[in-house]
Amino acid sequence: MSNDPTHQFLVNKIVPIEIGGIDFSFTNASLFMVATVGAAAGFLYLTTSQRSVIPTRMQSVSELSYEFIASMLREGAGSHGMKFFPMVFSLFMFILTANLLGMFPYFFTITSQIIVTFALAVFVVGTVILYGFYKHGLGFLKLFVPHGVPGALLPLVVAIEVISFLSRPISLSVRLFANMLAGHITLKVFAGFVASLSAFGALGIGGAVLPLIMTVALTGLEFLVAFLQAYVFAVLTCMYLNDAVHPGSH
Amino acid sequence: MFVTAAYAQQSTTTEGAEAHDAPAAGEVHTETGVAHEGEHGSGVFPPFDSTHFASQLLWLAITFGLFYLLMSKVIIPRIGGILEKRHDRIAQDLDEASRLKGEADAAIASYEQELANAKAKGHSIADTAREEAKSKSNADRAAVEAELAKKITAAEARIAEIKSKALADVGAIAEETATAVVKQLIGGDVTKTEIAAAVKASAGN
Repeated sequence: MSNDPTHQFLVNKIVPIEIGGIDFSFTNASLFMVATVGAAAGFLYLTTSQRSVIPTRMQSVSELSYEFIASMLREGAGSHGMKFFPMVFSLFMFILTANLLGMFPYFFTITSQIIVTFALAVFVVGTVILYGFYKHGLGFLKLFVPHGVPGALLPLVVAIEVISFLSRPISLSVRLFANMLAGHITLKVFAGFVASLSAFGALGIGGAVLPLIMTVALTGLEFLVAFLQAYVFAVLTCMYLNDAVHPGSH
Repeated sequence: MFVTAAYAQQSTTTEGAEAHDAPAAGEVHTETGVAHEGEHGSGVFPPFDSTHFASQLLWLAITFGLFYLLMSKVIIPRIGGILEKRHDRIAQDLDEASRLKGEADAAIASYEQELANAKAKGHSIADTAREEAKSKSNADRAAVEAELAKKITAAEARIAEIKSKALADVGAIAEETATAVVKQLIGGDVTKTEIAAAVKASAGN
């Protein structure tokens, strides 16, 4: 079934583990989670081990990602939001590395699993809710009551605000998941066309050039999407954290 | 499914014995894979397969938790420290540069002060020299003028002396001439005193 575009999303057990009747097996997804953490942490650790004042190219990459996320968070959630910097930085690096690792042929893309992206989104929104209530108590609920809304419209606006807040974990997770899934399926389908067309002799090989060009172009696009989705996830995380830090400011 | 059905039909028409193999053969041709069943247990779209959700969540929690700890305890303080150090270093270098610039400015100022002093000194030297030259020339001129004046007065005195002497001679000549004239005219003798008186009287006119 090598030509099946969804085959790449199959989860296979590597080390079966069962605790209390629940399957906690170490799967290929788990393996790539470990690989993601190893690659991201290893890169950041090794490139900064020199701690040179004048950075090497690789050290610059690590510093740039640090400053990129720091300025994003400062703009999004203000200086009070900087206490969430480790969280946003970890999320961005984890998702970016996972997306980029997924670009390797035969590698498993953990961000194409809805449960993974949903868990990350719930982690973000859960942090917003917990910190919001911890810091502002019931004042956090001002988040749902925008300023300057006429009294008659208020119930409607509050209802909309509550629904939009509740849909955040879904939109946040589905955006990342669907982008990675759709991109990988599209790549696989076009690459599959190349293989199946070239099976039809010389004419088929000539015709296979078109999907081949498409595959190359899509690969470039997918690298862009891999970065862009990590960026979008981080930006939205900053915006949501801003609600926790400054409720009622919008 | 269309492919499968068509293939199955073809199989049944050509060779009835193979009819029961058709679904398996059809599956090989299912390139879209949307209705791909039987390959794995649950038969749902793999990303929505809930059998592995618990394992995914556990391993995500373990790996991401570890990653978060690594980031917040090791990587972020380290990169933050590097950036801080560089920031301090740049600030220090800027301070040093501004200190050196201050020194250079002071050096320029003192040089200009020296230059101004030297110019002023030069001016004063030139002024004194000019004053000295002027007063010396004035003195010389005064001396020359005084000498000239002395010479003039001496000359004038001499002229006056010569004049008075000449005038005195004029009296004696007149007396002699008058005596001679009188002698010639009247042939008598006239006393010297009379002549002198007469000359004096005429000279007085």
